[in-house]
Amino acid sequence: MAEPGLLRGYRIERVPSPPRGSVAIITVLSLLAALIFGGLVLALSGENPLTIYQAMLSGALGNWNGVAETLVKTTPLLLAGLGVAVAFRMQLWNIGAEGQLYFGAIFASWMALYLAPGAPGWLLVPLMIVAAMVGGGLWGLVPGILRAYFGASEIITSLMLNYVAILFSDYLIHGPWRDPQAFGFPGTPAFPDAAWLPRWGTTRVHLGLLFGLVAALLLWFLLRRTRWGYEIGVMGENPRAALYAGMPMARTIILVMALSGALAGLAGMSEVAGIGHQLQRNLSPGYGYAAIIVAWLARLHPIGAVLVAFLLAALTVGGDQLQMSLGLPAAIAPMLQGTILFFLLGGDILTRYRLVKRTPALAAVTRENEPA
Amino acid sequence: MSDILTPAFIVSVLAAAIAAGTALLYACLGELITERAGILNLGIEGIMLMGALSGVAGCLWSGSAWVGAAAALAAGALMASIHAILTVGLRANQVVSGLALTIFGTGLSAFLGRNIVGVPPPESFRRLDVPGLAEIPVLGRILFQQSALVYISFAVTAFLWWYIYRTRAGLRLRALGERPEAADAMGIDVTRLRALYVIAGGALAGLGGAAISLGTNPGWTEGMTAGRGWIAVALVIFAAWNPARAAIGAYLFGGVEAGQFRLQTAGVDLSPFFLNMLPYLFTILVLVLSTREATRRALSAPAALGRSYTREDRG
Amino acid sequence: MSQPSAAPAIAMRGITKRFGNVVANDQVDFSAAWGEVHALVGENGAGKSTLMSILAGLYRPDDGYVEIDGQPVQFRSPRDAIAHGIGMVYQHFMLVDTFSVAENVVMGERTGGVSLQLPRVEQRLAELGETYGLEVDPRARIWQLSVGEQQRVEILRLLYLGARILVFDEPTAVLTPQEAHSLIRTLRGLAAQGFTVIFISHKLDEVLEVADQISILRRGRIVATMPAQGTDRRELARLMVGRDLAPIVEDPAHSPREATITGDTILSLRNVTAIGEKGVPALKQVSLEIQAGETLGVAGVAGNGQSELAEVVTGLRRTTAGAIHVAGRDVTNRPAGEIARAGVAHVPEDRLATGLIGSMDLSANAILREYGQPPLAQGPFLSSAAVANFTDSLIARHDVKAPGRWARLRTLSGGNQQKLLLGRELSGAPRLIVAVHPTRGVDIGATEAIHAALREQRARGAATLLISEDLDELLALSDRIAVMFDGAVMGIVPARGTDPEEIGLLMAGVAPEATAHG
Repeated sequence: MAEPGLLRGYRIERVPSPPRGSVAIITVLSLLAALIFGGLVLALSGENPLTIYQAMLSGALGNWNGVAETLVKTTPLLLAGLGVAVAFRMQLWNIGAEGQLYFGAIFASWMALYLAPGAPGWLLVPLMIVAAMVGGGLWGLVPGILRAYFGASEIITSLMLNYVAILFSDYLIHGPWRDPQAFGFPGTPAFPDAAWLPRWGTTRVHLGLLFGLVAALLLWFLLRRTRWGYEIGVMGENPRAALYAGMPMARTIILVMALSGALAGLAGMSEVAGIGHQLQRNLSPGYGYAAIIVAWLARLHPIGAVLVAFLLAALTVGGDQLQMSLGLPAAIAPMLQGTILFFLLGGDILTRYRLVKRTPALAAVTRENEPA
Repeated sequence: MSDILTPAFIVSVLAAAIAAGTALLYACLGELITERAGILNLGIEGIMLMGALSGVAGCLWSGSAWVGAAAALAAGALMASIHAILTVGLRANQVVSGLALTIFGTGLSAFLGRNIVGVPPPESFRRLDVPGLAEIPVLGRILFQQSALVYISFAVTAFLWWYIYRTRAGLRLRALGERPEAADAMGIDVTRLRALYVIAGGALAGLGGAAISLGTNPGWTEGMTAGRGWIAVALVIFAAWNPARAAIGAYLFGGVEAGQFRLQTAGVDLSPFFLNMLPYLFTILVLVLSTREATRRALSAPAALGRSYTREDRG
Repeated sequence: MSQPSAAPAIAMRGITKRFGNVVANDQVDFSAAWGEVHALVGENGAGKSTLMSILAGLYRPDDGYVEIDGQPVQFRSPRDAIAHGIGMVYQHFMLVDTFSVAENVVMGERTGGVSLQLPRVEQRLAELGETYGLEVDPRARIWQLSVGEQQRVEILRLLYLGARILVFDEPTAVLTPQEAHSLIRTLRGLAAQGFTVIFISHKLDEVLEVADQISILRRGRIVATMPAQGTDRRELARLMVGRDLAPIVEDPAHSPREATITGDTILSLRNVTAIGEKGVPALKQVSLEIQAGETLGVAGVAGNGQSELAEVVTGLRRTTAGAIHVAGRDVTNRPAGEIARAGVAHVPEDRLATGLIGSMDLSANAILREYGQPPLAQGPFLSSAAVANFTDSLIARHDVKAPGRWARLRTLSGGNQQKLLLGRELSGAPRLIVAVHPTRGVDIGATEAIHAALREQRARGAATLLISEDLDELLALSDRIAVMFDGAVMGIVPARGTDPEEIGLLMAGVAPEATAHG
C-alpha cells in the first residue's frame, strides 16, 4: 500500500493508552463533522442546510415549549440508552431495546388496566414500574439465555424480538385490549388517573425524566462502586480473566441482559404513563435504536448518557419541527444520527493513533530509495 | 380449509416463495461474501432501503427498470463503502458501524424519497416465462415463470458457489475470513480485498432492495424492506456461509411470507399479527438450532469473523 | 542454484523500527551471503523478530533499507518480499487450519489462472518434498498434521513459491529435540544447495550446531557478527546479555536443595482425561502427585497437553474422567473461583489473555482474586480506600514499576505486569502454585525475581506445578520433572542426575523401557 502523499515525512504511531481529554475533543469534533457532512447531503438534495439547522435548533431549544419537548424525548432515550450501555459494557450487543421498551409498556398497561386498575396512585405507579421492568427484563432475558446457554448471537435474537414485541403490542391494541368506544386510531382504553405520571406545570415533561436521572446515578454507582459492577467490567474487557477469577459468566450475562431490558422497559412505562396514558400504535419512533447511539456517544458512561440523550432528543424534536415549519420529513434526524456515529467511529482512530514527524534524515533516506 | 392442500396451491406457494425470497437471497449473498472476508455488516437493512429507493428513482428517471437495478447496485456499493472505510480502513467496531449504517440508510432513504412515495415506477421486473423451460410441468411453473431478477439470482448463486469453492480468488476470499495474518504473509492484500468484498456485498444487498421496489412491490415507501435486511444477516448463519444453502433458506422465508398471505386469503383464522411474527420467531429458532449444531460439529464459520486486522498489532 | 556473486545475498542497512516509544531496531546493519546459514541470536525482546519481519515485508522500517544481491529494494508488503525470493517461516505458522496443504500453497501463488488446479500443485509438492526430504501429504488438512509436519509445509511452500532466502523465526521452539535435529539437517542441506538460511534463535547449542555465521542482537542493536567456528556458548551468552555470565539459572548439579518436602500430598491427579480445543482428547489418563514443599516441573513440546493440564487443575477446563484433589479436597470440575479459594495460585500461560485485564487500571488487576472478600468487599460494595491500599502495598512489595495504581496495565512492561500478577497470586500464601511459562517474554532482572519468589514459596512449603518449555529453568527449579507427550505423562524423572537426552527422548514419545525397565 503506497503512502499517501499527504503523509510523506510522517508516520502513524499507535498510542498505548489514549489521553482522557482527547476523547472528549474527538466526540465534539465528530458532532461538528457530522453536521457539516449532513449539511452537504441536504444541500445536494436542494435544501438549504443552514435554514434547516436553524429551524431544528429553534424548534428544539428556541423556546420553553421546545425545551420541554426535548426533555420529554430525553426521558425514553436516556432510560433505554442506559440499558444499552450496561449491556455493551459487557460486550453484549443488545440491540433489542426497542422491543424491550414495548414489552415494558405492555406490562405497565396490563397493570394499569387489568391487574390493579383501582389502586391509588402512590401504589399503582410503583406497581407499574415493577411490571414494566419485569416485562422489559423478560424480553431481555430471552436473548440472554439463548446466548448464555446456546451460544446464539444476541445481536440477531434481540433484534428479531423487536419485531415480535411490536407485533404483539399491535395484536393487543387491535384485539383483546382494544377500546370499544374509541374512534379512529385503535388503542387501549385510557389509564385510570392514578396511573398518570405527574407533569411539570403545563408542559408534557413528566416524572419519567426523574426516573432516568436516578437510574443514571444508580447505574454509575453500580458500575463504579460495587462488586457486581466490577465483575461486569472485567467480563466485558477480558472474559477469560473473568473465568480465571471464577466469576459466574452465564449468570451475569443473563442478569445484565435482564437489567438492560428492564431499563428499556421502564422507558416504555414512562411513555405510556407519562405521555399517551394508553397503549397505542407506534408508541416509539425508534427510541430503542437511537438508544444505541446514546450509549455509544456517551462511551457507555451513565452520566455521559444524560447529556447525550438530551442532545439527541433536541435533534429529534428539531427534526419533528421541520415537518411543521418547512414540510420536510423528520427522517433528517435519524440520518444525522447515523452520520454522527460514522464520524465518531472514524474519529476514534485519532485517539488510538498519532502522527509523528519523521526526522528529516530518515525521510531523506526513504525518498532516496523509492523507485523513480 | 380443504382447498389449501391441493397440488395447484402448493405449486403456487412454491413459485411465490421463490419470487418473495429473491430479495432476501440477494441480500443474504451480499452478507455472505462480506462475512467470508471476515467482516460483519449489520447495515444490510439500511443498504437495502437505499437500494430500493435508488431502484425506483433510477427507473423513474430513465424509464427503464434495468437502469433502476444498476442504480440500486451502485447505491448499495456506495453505502457499503462507508462500512468498508470505517471497519476495514479504520478498524472501527463492526457491530456499531453496521447499526449506524442501518439508521443512516433508514433516515436518508426516507428523506431523499420524500417526493416519490407511492409513485408507481414506469417499468418493473414482471413475469418473463423462459421459452420451453416454462412449460415443464410443476418445475416450469415454480422456477421458470418468474422475473428476470429471479433468473439472475439463480446465476449469481451458482456463480458465487463456484467462485468460493472452486477458484483461486475464492480460496483467497476464504483465507481472509479464516486467517488474515496467513493471507497477509502470503502476499494477499488483506485491507484492499476485504474492502472490495464489503463493497461488492453491499452492491448485492442494494440489488436485493430493488428486487422489492421494482419486483414484488413496485414503488417506494418508507421502510419498505420491513426487516428483511436483518433476516438476511441471520440467514447467513443458517446457510453456514454456503451460497446454495442461502438460496434454500431465502426461499424458505419467502415461502413463509407467501404462505401466510395465501393462508389468510384461504380463510385460515389466525391473527395476522401472529402470522407476521413467524419469520422472526423462525429466525431465532434457526439460529439456536444452527448454533447448537455449530458447537457440535464445528460449522464452517469464518474463524476471524468480526475481527479487524492490523499488521503491526500482531502478537 | 544461485550464481555466486560478490555482493551479499541480503543486506540490511541502518534499519530502525519503533513501536510507540519502544525502539525495537536501532540502526541495524545485517548481511548474509549465498549458501550460508546465518544465525541471529538475542534475548527475548532484543528485536530479532522485528528485524526479520521487516525483511519479510511485513513491517516497514522507519529508517534504513534492504539490498538483495547488492541492489536496493523496497518492500511495501510481503508480496514484494516473496517476489524478491525472500520467504519466512514464522514462529506461529501462517497456515489456514481448515485448508489442505496444497490449498495453503495455492493461496500464495500469483500465476496459474482462475481455477484451483490442485492436482498439478499436489504433484509438484510431492516432487519438491522428495527432492528436499520434506515429505508430507499434499492433500492433508493442516489441522490433521503434527507441528513438525506443519513446519515442513511452510518450508515446502516457500520453495514452491521460489524463495531463495529462507528466514526461520525460532523454528525449534515447537519441536522435539529429535525433530529439531532433523530440521537442522534439512537447513544445512538447503544451504549446501546455495540457499541463504537465516536462523533466529536464543538456544546457543543449536545455533553453534547449525550456523556458519552468527550475529548477536542486544536491545535492538547488532553487537557482533562472527563465524560460528571459534566461538562458544560462553562468549555468545556474554554478548547477548551484555555482562559476564552470572549464571542465569543455577547449574542443577550444584544447586543445594533444602529438604523442604514434608510428605503431605497437596496436589493429586488420578487418571484425569480432558478434551482439548479441537475436540480431541488433550489429556489421557494423567496421574501425578505433588507434596508440600516440592516443585514438579512439566516438560514437553508445546501442544502436548501441558496447557490443558494447568487448565484442569485450576478449573478453567472440565475433565471428562478422573479426579483432582487439592490438600485432600476433591476439586474436580469445581469453578475456578472455588479452586482459587482452596489455596491454588495460578500464573497463567498468557498473562494478558488470561490473568490480567490490559485495558483496566492496576487496582482493577490487583483485586481480581480478592475483590469478593473483606476488607475490599463491604457487602455488595467495594471499598475504594481498601482497594487503593491493597493495590499500593502490592506494588510496593513486589517492586512493580508503574506511574501509579490508576495507570492502565497495558502501559507496563512485560516484566512488571508479571511481577504484579505473581505478587497477587502469592499474596494469599497459597498451598499450590500452578505456574505456566512464568518467565516467558520478561527481561533477565524480572526472571531472577520470579525465580527467587518461586524458590521462596517452595521453602515456605508450597507445592508447585511448574510448566515450562525452557529445560534449563525446569532443571534449576524442580525436584522432579514429568514429561508429557500427546496428552499423557511419559515418565517422571528426578531433576538431578537425569541426562537431558533422556528427557528429550521422553518428549519425543519414546517410552523409557530401555532406561527404566527392570
